Amino acid sequence: MADAKAHTVIGSSVPRLEDAALLTGQGRYVDDIRLPGMLHAAFVRSPHAHAAIRGIDKSGALALAGVRSVLTLEDLRPWLRNERLVVGLPSPSYRQERNRPALAGTEVVHVGEPVAIVIADDRYLAEDAVARVAVDYEPLPAVADCRAALAPGAAPVHSDAPHNLLAEFAMGYGDVDGAFTAAPHVFRESLWLHRGGGHSIECRGTVAVHDPLEDKLTLWSSTQMPHALLRVLVDMLGRDESRLRVVSPDLGGGFGPKLVSYSEDVVTCLAALVTGRPVKWIEDRREHFISATQERDQYWEVEIAVDADARILGVRGSFIHDHGAYTARGVNLGTNSAETVTLPYEVPAYRMSVRLALTNKVPVTPVRGAGHPQGTFAMERLLDRVARELALDRAEVRRRNLIPAARMPYTKQLKTRGGMQVVLDSGDYPRCQAQACERAGWDGFRARQEAARREGRHIGIGLANFVKGTGRGPFEGVTVRVGPSGRILVYSGATAMGQSTRTMLAQVVAEQLGGDLSNITVTTGDTDGIPLGIGGSNSRQTVTAGSSAHLAARKVRQKAIKVASLLLKASEQDLEIVGGEVRVRGAPDMKIGLGRVAHAVAGTPGYTLPGEVEPGMEATEYFVVDEMAYANGSAVAEVEVDVETGGVRILRYVIAHDCGRILHPAIVDGQIFGGAAHGIGNALYEWMGFDDDAQPVTTNLGEYLLVTATEMPPVEIIHLESPSPLNPLGVKGVGECGVVPAPAAIVSAVEDALAPFGVRLAQAPVSPAQLYALIAGARAGIRAR
Amino acid sequence: MAETRKIALTVNGRRHEVEVETRYTLADFLRQQLGLTGTHLGCEQGVCGACTVLLDGQSARSCLMLAVQAHGHEITTVEGLAPSSTGLHPLQEAFRDHYGLQCGFCTPGVLLTLVEFLRDNPDPTEQEVRVALSGNLCRCTGYAGIVAAALDAAKRLQGGARG
Repeated sequence: MADAKAHTVIGSSVPRLEDAALLTGQGRYVDDIRLPGMLHAAFVRSPHAHAAIRGIDKSGALALAGVRSVLTLEDLRPWLRNERLVVGLPSPSYRQERNRPALAGTEVVHVGEPVAIVIADDRYLAEDAVARVAVDYEPLPAVADCRAALAPGAAPVHSDAPHNLLAEFAMGYGDVDGAFTAAPHVFRESLWLHRGGGHSIECRGTVAVHDPLEDKLTLWSSTQMPHALLRVLVDMLGRDESRLRVVSPDLGGGFGPKLVSYSEDVVTCLAALVTGRPVKWIEDRREHFISATQERDQYWEVEIAVDADARILGVRGSFIHDHGAYTARGVNLGTNSAETVTLPYEVPAYRMSVRLALTNKVPVTPVRGAGHPQGTFAMERLLDRVARELALDRAEVRRRNLIPAARMPYTKQLKTRGGMQVVLDSGDYPRCQAQACERAGWDGFRARQEAARREGRHIGIGLANFVKGTGRGPFEGVTVRVGPSGRILVYSGATAMGQSTRTMLAQVVAEQLGGDLSNITVTTGDTDGIPLGIGGSNSRQTVTAGSSAHLAARKVRQKAIKVASLLLKASEQDLEIVGGEVRVRGAPDMKIGLGRVAHAVAGTPGYTLPGEVEPGMEATEYFVVDEMAYANGSAVAEVEVDVETGGVRILRYVIAHDCGRILHPAIVDGQIFGGAAHGIGNALYEWMGFDDDAQPVTTNLGEYLLVTATEMPPVEIIHLESPSPLNPLGVKGVGECGVVPAPAAIVSAVEDALAPFGVRLAQAPVSPAQLYALIAGARAGIRAR
Repeated sequence: MAETRKIALTVNGRRHEVEVETRYTLADFLRQQLGLTGTHLGCEQGVCGACTVLLDGQSARSCLMLAVQAHGHEITTVEGLAPSSTGLHPLQEAFRDHYGLQCGFCTPGVLLTLVEFLRDNPDPTEQEVRVALSGNLCRCTGYAGIVAAALDAAKRLQGGARG
């Protein structure tokens, strides 16, 4: 069969399938779903970081007109087979299990923990009633700081816990202590690394409806992982999967927190079962701050050993990771951070010890970047330190240590969380750095900096390299089906959170099946669409679902060509699929619609299938891949610091990146731009604060700052394309890549700008107030000398 | 029963006389009572701008207004921008062509902010566009596509005016 492609849909920036609806207000986000008789829910949440619950009095709430029900854990117990959400990724490193309850029973362990659900005729009434549920709390000592949590004598985060160590592990390879003992230079850094929330502009939400006719419970949830959520519901509600459906409608962004299954998902379902009415719950922004998962603090002690030429001999250290009050995902953030440290570089020996500490705060789970920005920051700070101490250019230090392209694929003596060997599959890291530096004018910067200083301006430049594992397996399936209408239907467990997933899948399918995206309907994130699914996380869906779509579409194409050749009485070699038709090249009248081809294999009673093909114009593929596709990049930031205010302005931001083969250049650019914005926020603005009693102190978007259009610098993107050998499309993930190097590059640039003051930075984010204090301190020190 | 008032207002050119709860925000009224769910709520505090609508042509946060305050006024929402059920406003076209949206949740508010801005400032600089957008949060795009779309839409709208 001729597999020569007539189409070049892949690789071109086609219009997005999503846009027509979203631009005209016709999207269907979860809060846009309205069902007849629908009730509205609001949650009673803990105002304490840690307290015992002595009693709950619902009478005041139930006395309000329009309030239908108030449910506590006790009320839900008869409906629950399992009271807790058991979701933790497996690991031998756990020292205790801390799964979230459906609702708090006898104890609350963070501010915002759900205690009861109120169901009323509308949301306003539900919120009125929330204020009238009287919960008798007895406050208990709370732990706010993850370092203090592990100190001897720390108050327990859970009153039944012997200690606050959730998990501990170490990873590494080589004779690291030997390397340090023999090294001519050893430098040590203590770092505080912070990341904040996901803050999709759409908060979370759920709509649950029970259809008594079929005894089927349907949940629309703003989840990135509907199939995982279905499994949680099977486990907790004791319903089999034929009587459950979970759907992700249009999502107004994900960014990590929506990959977690939540109490609210489960409890909204129960509320629908108890009341016999559809129930909607929509999270407001304040709730998002106190109940959606977030990333937060890590405290690192890390050191590097180098030889006289600044070649790395070893890296070792430890860090404490704030895990929050429960395990809502696993130990993966600690794993990611530790695993990512050495990736771009040749590091002969490495060891990182990690402790995950429970705190009385919102559970910590991945936010776009998922631990990788922190590991990257630690390594890049160490390399900046080496450059400073040995009086070398920072880019030169990196050049001497980056893995050369000739050594790809490069095996790191590290294992992924699933036990797979870390093998960097492809890429040219030195070239990537060189291109970023060249575009940013790295070599000429010292002259520009001197000139600026003479004008009293403090500008600086910083560089960071990163390597990010993407496309985490084992699979994401795709079904491609052509029905009698001729329309191409695509189903996948992939979930669209706004990253153009439907367009991506349609592109891959269209490449094989006629090139017309308008003839394709893509259904993602629906457990009734495809039985197995993993969902949106870890920059994985183009690699996994994209590959499956490619393979499934190719199968359907082969079948369509075979059957059409019989129907048209033409040779398969002469056939091509264009638009919705199979036709004979050069004979425009000899053609047949895909719908008629599909009809021919849909079966007619008593007649054989043409060509004895398998029934149906359909294929399902689960492309299985365990190895990760490693994307890489280099970011250069140029900043100006106002030394009188501590304000930082990013003048220019260049990122060279390699996500393998690019399917849609504009979508890839969009992912990098958005990731960079998020990373800039992590470097300079976003801080999720808690006071000493673990009370959150940043609970609205006035206190917690997201980057706006005026803070965004011009971002220049350079694409390198080293196809991954691990999948048929040659792709790597890109969704998180823009975030990863930003804090490291920007903080390096700020430190460079402040070199005349000798200010040293060992944290992200850095706020203007902190910078001002450091500058003032340095000035005082200079005067004192 | 909650207190209600009868209000009369025009939304996207259509007149409504309706009974509304006095405490309902304009956003909730538009979304729930009129079914115009294109107006989105991202913070209910006036920061994110997703709920921006035009009130007598001026951009307004529909989460910070009560529905009763819209009595006697004319509201435009995202559903009222396109000239027909199949066509798009030039600004919407520019957003499509410049990938000015990803998840689309902030988009309605961004569009209405820019409709007002480009009407009052038909030939803006990039910096002026950025300042105009600084009251609208987008977590997906890094604003690059939005700014490019706004600048291109300015050209399209001027061309349209000339033509």
